[in-house]
Amino acid sequence: MQIYLPIAEVSVNAFLLLGLGGLVGILSGMFGVGGGFLMTPLLFFIGIPPAVAVATEANQIVASSFSGVLAHLRRKTVDLKMGTVLLTGGLFGAAVGVQVFAMLREMGQVDLLVKLSYVVFLGIIGTLMFVESLNAIRKARKAAGAYTPRKKHTWIHALPFKMKFRTSGLYISVIPPLLIGVAVGVLAAIMGVGGGFIMVPAMIYILGMPTKVVVGTSLFQIIFVTGFTTLMHATTNFTVDMPLAVLLLIGGVIGAQIGARIGVKMKAEQLRILLAIMVLAVCGKLAMDLLLQPGELYSLGASGHV
Amino acid sequence: MIRALIIFLTVFGPPAAAQEVVAALSQNRVSITASFDGSEILVFGAVKHDKPVDETMPLDVIVTITGPKQPIIVRRKERVAGIWINTDAVDVDEAPSFYSISTTRPLAEILSDLEILRYKISINRTIRSVGAPQDIMDPGNFTDALIRIRTKNGLYQLRENTAFLAEDTLFRTNVALPSNLVEGSYTANIYLTRDRKVISTSQSVINVQKVGLERWIYSLAHERPLIYGILSLAIAIAAGWTASAVFRYLRG
Repeated sequence: MQIYLPIAEVSVNAFLLLGLGGLVGILSGMFGVGGGFLMTPLLFFIGIPPAVAVATEANQIVASSFSGVLAHLRRKTVDLKMGTVLLTGGLFGAAVGVQVFAMLREMGQVDLLVKLSYVVFLGIIGTLMFVESLNAIRKARKAAGAYTPRKKHTWIHALPFKMKFRTSGLYISVIPPLLIGVAVGVLAAIMGVGGGFIMVPAMIYILGMPTKVVVGTSLFQIIFVTGFTTLMHATTNFTVDMPLAVLLLIGGVIGAQIGARIGVKMKAEQLRILLAIMVLAVCGKLAMDLLLQPGELYSLGASGHV
Repeated sequence: MIRALIIFLTVFGPPAAAQEVVAALSQNRVSITASFDGSEILVFGAVKHDKPVDETMPLDVIVTITGPKQPIIVRRKERVAGIWINTDAVDVDEAPSFYSISTTRPLAEILSDLEILRYKISINRTIRSVGAPQDIMDPGNFTDALIRIRTKNGLYQLRENTAFLAEDTLFRTNVALPSNLVEGSYTANIYLTRDRKVISTSQSVINVQKVGLERWIYSLAHERPLIYGILSLAIAIAAGWTASAVFRYLRG
């Protein structure tokens, strides 16, 4: 069934969009990532104009994250206090990121910088997570049941303004989460994603939060950051395509529910290694695009805007 | 100025023809609804003869449909430090969003180069590009690329031998409008040719417009962007909540 999208001004298959939404929704529920880093390139691929894809994707992430966070709230795997600290930084970062984005656009190389930052961030994070989870799995095999102390005292514990995060079982300074929030907010605005794929590893490896809490908390703050981004795109660029978002999110919210249930049944290490592999795959694809000679050297762009 | 124009028209304008073309379209408006998946327009008509038909010189018909003209940027990638990036860009001042030529016979056989130039019946001629940056040596490659990409997307079509003229009197052709249409006025030009010259022309306008829900969403997004944004978010939140509630119910 073909459907004409009023803002994107193209006609696409409705079931294809539902399917894409569902697939990305499952990943979102499993890993606590918004899925934007997967969905946005997929939308480009099926012919949605990039500006519309980025803005509409933000809107869709709001829905799948909200659906996911409700499932996590019921299981009490959301650290609301930590989430609030993160999103305070995140909103500030997003506002800064939009300004940076506008500056880059004026310089005319925004596409390249977006892609390069994808490759760099996905590459680093994917590799780190992959290695770490492989080690964790190996250790778990060697000494099944043996207790390995997780918490180590690092520089993070030496910072002032300490706060108790009961759900995460942490007593740390608010400075690292605030800074992570800002950094993710900036990146989210520039790269047009929720930032979960950066947020999740940052929470695990920098803040030392337990993996089960990380997913729900990440989703919680993604709702607000992407909601903010959606509003900004809607009011400045007029690029949010409502029917496109609705189709994606119908698939997405259902997928997120299924994903959250799959996620509960899996071991933390397995969850992390799967996410790592996925991140690396997307990174590899984007790197290839930059390195290999494209079939068509020329591209068309609307004059005046974007 | 006006005198010059009159002289120009008497010398170069279409001669008082013995044949005149009368044309009509199957539809003068194309409504883009949610289920819009391209459309087909039938252009048909007749040739009025004031004098008996001259059998030695066959008549031919050319139908062009031109979409709204827009400025566009054509960018080219180049390898810099091992990475393919956009380097050169050319602003094309005016390019139709859609352009199709349907003819009864190959264009070169029924129209002279001079007439092609004069009536701009050529994909190349409809694109107006002035002022490519100084450092770009080959602006032609950019317009070629524009035509190549749009032809691939079905937006530019040269369809020779797809128009039919019966008994030098009745003609028809079908033009397929693709689903990736933009809104605006599309102009259908019908040219009657003989001896590689245009002897009569006719023009009609097709309005392509979003209607119903599509229109409403588009207008809301552009006229009340804040409300539109909030509505989009509300739908997202509601959908997220519904899915969560439904799944909870399903699990008992």
